[in-house]
Amino acid sequence: MRGVRHYPGFGAVTAGCLVLLYAPLVVIAVYSFNGSASITQWGGFSWRWYVDVFTGPESGRFGQAAWNSITIALLAATAATVIALSAALAMVRAGSFRGRSATFALVNLPLMVPEIITAVATLIFFTAIGLRTGYLTILIAHITFCIPFAYLPIAARMQGIEGVYEQAARDLYATRWQAFRLILLPLVMPGVVSGYLLAFIISLDDFIITNFVKGAGMETLPTAIFGSVKQGIKPNIMAISTMLLAVSAIFVTLSYFINRVGQRARG
Amino acid sequence: MSAIEIAGVSKSYGAMRALDDVSLTIGGNAFFTLLGPSGCGKTTLLRCIAGFEEVSAGSIRLLGRDIAALAPNERPVNTVFQNYALFPHMTVAENVAFGLRMKGVPEARRRARAARMLEMVHLAELADRMPAQLSGGQQQRVALARALAPEPEVLLLDEPLSALDLKLRQAMRLELKQLQEETGITFVFVTHDQEEALTMSDRIAVMSHGRLQQVGTAREIYESPVNRFVADFIGETNVLPVLVEGVEGGRASVVLPGGARISCPAAGLGPGAHHLSIRPERIGIAAGGPLRATVERVVYLGTDLQLVTRLADGTAVQVRLQNSARTEVPAPGTAIALEPEEGAARLLAD
Amino acid sequence: MAGGAASGGTQGREYRAVALPLLLPAWLVIGIFMVLPVLLMGVYSFLTKEFRGGVIWDFTLAAYDQFFVYRGLFGDEPPTLEWTYITIFWRSIWQAGLATALCLAVGFPTAWFIATRPVRTRTMWLFLITVPYWVNLLIRTVSLKFLIRDNGPLNEGLMALGLIDGPLPLVNTNLAVQLGLFYSYLPFMVLPIYAAVERYDFALSEAAADLYAGRWTTLREIVLPAVRPGIVAGAILVFVPSLGAFLAPDLLGGAKTYMIGSLIDEQFRGSQGNWPFGAAAAMILMTLVLIALILYARAQGRGRPA
Ligand SMILES: Nc1ncnc2c1ncn2[C@@H]1O[C@H](COP(=O)(O)OP(=O)(O)O)[C@@H](O)[C@H]1O
Ligand SMILES: [Mg+2]
Repeated sequence: MRGVRHYPGFGAVTAGCLVLLYAPLVVIAVYSFNGSASITQWGGFSWRWYVDVFTGPESGRFGQAAWNSITIALLAATAATVIALSAALAMVRAGSFRGRSATFALVNLPLMVPEIITAVATLIFFTAIGLRTGYLTILIAHITFCIPFAYLPIAARMQGIEGVYEQAARDLYATRWQAFRLILLPLVMPGVVSGYLLAFIISLDDFIITNFVKGAGMETLPTAIFGSVKQGIKPNIMAISTMLLAVSAIFVTLSYFINRVGQRARG
Repeated sequence: MSAIEIAGVSKSYGAMRALDDVSLTIGGNAFFTLLGPSGCGKTTLLRCIAGFEEVSAGSIRLLGRDIAALAPNERPVNTVFQNYALFPHMTVAENVAFGLRMKGVPEARRRARAARMLEMVHLAELADRMPAQLSGGQQQRVALARALAPEPEVLLLDEPLSALDLKLRQAMRLELKQLQEETGITFVFVTHDQEEALTMSDRIAVMSHGRLQQVGTAREIYESPVNRFVADFIGETNVLPVLVEGVEGGRASVVLPGGARISCPAAGLGPGAHHLSIRPERIGIAAGGPLRATVERVVYLGTDLQLVTRLADGTAVQVRLQNSARTEVPAPGTAIALEPEEGAARLLAD
Repeated sequence: MAGGAASGGTQGREYRAVALPLLLPAWLVIGIFMVLPVLLMGVYSFLTKEFRGGVIWDFTLAAYDQFFVYRGLFGDEPPTLEWTYITIFWRSIWQAGLATALCLAVGFPTAWFIATRPVRTRTMWLFLITVPYWVNLLIRTVSLKFLIRDNGPLNEGLMALGLIDGPLPLVNTNLAVQLGLFYSYLPFMVLPIYAAVERYDFALSEAAADLYAGRWTTLREIVLPAVRPGIVAGAILVFVPSLGAFLAPDLLGGAKTYMIGSLIDEQFRGSQGNWPFGAAAAMILMTLVLIALILYARAQGRGRPA
């Protein structure tokens, strides 16, 4: 008889769950290398759709969209990480103060409100204040909803770092700023990097909110992809999707390992 | 000149009084120990001196200067933290040099000094390791070297030995004492281990529930405890309920349980019911002694034997006998008479 | 406040002294670009529709009236309850609830399985579960659609194996939307349950077994109550985004699976849009979410000892 931890069938469910999660991704990745122009028939392995992404008739549109996506993601992740780090310092290090739990709720608000609501509200807001929708409005919206994604890993990491290290630094004649820069910042760095990477992916991947606030003529990769798949899934979309998929996988893996290494170094 | 003067210091956390009107003077170039059970406020007092806590009342002077307004980095005091708090992302050498770096000592000089400090604690060869690669004892020495490197006026040590195993702890006691003498820096050492306190300290302050109980040399607090708490906490002792009949010329006439009378120093107490302390090793078996007891158990302790005896009124009295061939060991159940040595009986305030 | 990071003493005071400037950027950004817009959306739901999209600043209850009240095709019949939109909302709640149940049925065994692996391999399992979440939701939904199309790899494969004669009509069905929602939010169910199971004291199961409880009885009587907070958290994390989901119903469903997300989206598209009505629908969705969150807080409160 097995121990109390074992339940028959749970392993099989887990396996089924993983198959379900990965099957669509694997299928699209495989078909992106399809040599045939028909998406239903397998025409042998080929890079043609990847070449098509960069040189085909739609390459200009996707190139511009990719550029927008990447620059917005870089800027939004940077801004969100700085804002989140600053907020985490007060939330984690300042003990209890009035408005602390309200601030926590506020910072996490973008996670709690369904995206479609954020999208509608943001569009209405920009229209009301007369800001023309476009690159800037996308960037502002992205900074806003990236904050909790950057905040959570940073705060979690900072909570794990005892205040005594900074006290030891102060005891050894470091000023407040030196104690932050030389002790706390290097110690939370894995959390900061992790938060940055997650914010970057979230921004890169966002469709619903971007779709609302992008304005006419402005595209990011997801909105460009959405526009294309409305007319049916074409092989070049699969190639783009596979590349985006790879970027996400690489970033998540990086974020995961950076955090693990950081934890090990702390002993 | 005294290194630290603590005057009427109290510290409250909400309704909890962690320090209650503590006044204390710590002399220069001394090994001073704060001793007391866990939770009595030792760490809190150290943190007030270092500047990590603000006192609720009272003042702390360092070398004659009031330090209330100084941030921790402005106080010429360094701390060896309870779990060392070595910076995990810096090498041993960088840790040791940190204080000097913050004080603006040029790189070459601070590197040389860090090396010298590491030599002093016998860790010169580990300079480039990371803290996580060190054993507990090694981390402890690095913490010591790091705190001593900037040559503070006072070194604060918060139970620095409690995380080490017994052997290492005993070796480190001697080393710490030596370091204090070599450097001439005042050490304020916190411990809950009375043996540690007795073996290392020039002076000891005994604390309980945020209050100072007694300050004195090891001998003073062991042999002349001023109250029940100190007598109980330092070493082992027998505490007997007694009646003081009268006091004359500083000596009290005391009625022991069982009715016999002895005379001992009054310790400022008046007539009435009090407690009397007698250390187990200062009491012996003597025909005609003032205490009549029955042996309950004999415990073998190696160099010593311990008799657990009981008086007629139920009070337990422990007796230490040296374990030698000449010692006659009474069997359990025997009735014996006990007699405190001259000067061994001490009246205690409550 | 125990715990290393909770800074007491002068350290906490020093950080408190600069807390305001540290928090200000987060307050301002989220306050101006999130809270204010949602409030403004509330205001818009009471404004008058403008025909080319946008609003006229005349206050009216027209949007809510359109949502709830039916007055006949020409507006001349006695008012009765309008079922069109309530049906859409009801369908969305139903779909989201079903998706939540499905995620729980699969997520609990998965979380349990992972939490009972050796510590070293546990993080790897968790990692495998979470990676798909970080992949673009649009791409995942598109991939799923590609997989289950009438002549997609799934149907072709099943036909090749001779298991079915013709393709299973999966796309544009409720089942496809279910699958899409399940696929979108499953990690949200697994992670909190995993955290709860990891904290669970397995000695309790052993004690139950010792007292003659069978495996499944133990699961029902001992384990489930103990890990309930994790289950409730997982349920809310799946239910709330499913309720407002847009991509899964839009790409995988059809007219019969029309959900709130699409309804709201449509109000802001082109000249047929109706901004006040869209804002009102979003406000009603927001109310539902708030109710779900309040129920959640109550449920979590009850789960804890007083
Ligand atoms: N930050 C704090 N908040 C509330 N109570 C505290 C805090 N720090 C210490 N205390 C309380 O003050 C008392 C003294 O603590 P401490 O100085 O750490 O004792 P010791 O070091 O002698 O073991 C304890 O009862 C402890 O619980
Ligand atoms: Mg302590």
